[in-house]
Amino acid sequence: MSLAAVAASPATTTAAETNGFLSPTGVEIAFLLVGLVTLGAAVVTVTTKQLVHAALWLVVTLGGLAVEYLLLTAEFIAWVQVLIYVGSVVVLLLFGLMLTKAPIGRSPDADSGNRWAALTVAIAAATALVWVVVDAFRTTWIDLDGAAAGSTAVTGASLFQNWVLPFEALSVLLLAALVGAIVLSRKAAANRPTGSTALGKQPAGTDPATSDEQPSRQGKEGAR
Amino acid sequence: MHLAYPAVLSALLFCTGLYGVLARRNAILVLMSVELMLNAVNLNLVAFDVWLSKTAQDTLHSGQALTLFTIAIAAAEIGIGLAIVLAVYRNRGTSDIDKLRDTAETDDGDDSDDGHDAHESAASTTAEKAEATA
Repeated sequence: MSLAAVAASPATTTAAETNGFLSPTGVEIAFLLVGLVTLGAAVVTVTTKQLVHAALWLVVTLGGLAVEYLLLTAEFIAWVQVLIYVGSVVVLLLFGLMLTKAPIGRSPDADSGNRWAALTVAIAAATALVWVVVDAFRTTWIDLDGAAAGSTAVTGASLFQNWVLPFEALSVLLLAALVGAIVLSRKAAANRPTGSTALGKQPAGTDPATSDEQPSRQGKEGAR
Repeated sequence: MHLAYPAVLSALLFCTGLYGVLARRNAILVLMSVELMLNAVNLNLVAFDVWLSKTAQDTLHSGQALTLFTIAIAAAEIGIGLAIVLAVYRNRGTSDIDKLRDTAETDDGDDSDDGHDAHESAASTTAEKAEATA
């Protein structure tokens, strides 16, 4: 915690990163380059005006993170990242953009009016976090030699020896999320029980609140 | 590898996601920014797990297990979140989170809300709530 290290935080970052290791290894250089690509893609993701491009830049970000996991010898996490994030989450996001009829091309109102406040908060948080992290782990090195710390055998063994109960609880959570997503995205599920209870009092088809509202809304959606 | 590399990268990614959550207007873009923040946390977990698995004698690989759990929970979160966004879009005709200021559901929701002031629409929604409870 020298005084020079706490002088100014951006200078602290660069000074610690260049002085901490006088000869960066090849893994570090690769990590730095892929990290720059990842961070640039992330910045484009949150700043671009074209909504579909944001999702596509998110693919670059998540793929870059998968490469970073590979460089950290966490192979299983890397392929899970590729499978789940790039394979399914981005596809889900693209489907969500299509289903909400996001405009193709530039949309000038992609950012809200409080973007400068958001930028201030983000820069302050980045400064504080980078300062603290660099100051705390200035003299810490990861030993990447030897057996991989995150190969499939190691990860599977630790997962099924020590983490079985959370693993099973996670399957229950996934089932709950599946049921919840189905319930939320069913179209007439919200009106069905009230309609059936109202059916006992009135004859069907004379309930204007449910029977007239729903087809007009669906017809409007179909016409769009 | 110096531990500061993945730690700084994850901190910067987290703050990028933080900016996106605060500054974006479309709900799906906000969800993308949340994914960025979750991925930053994942990178942190993996890096510290690799560091600790080499320095400690025996390890539970808790970082990698927690990363897998975070990925699964993020997948569940994006599914539920998109279902909610689609339900909101179906009901309100917009996924603009700046226009989702009141949770009261009106028949001509967004069109009448645009013309009014904030306190007028709030007053009208309270009046409607009073009508609904009466």
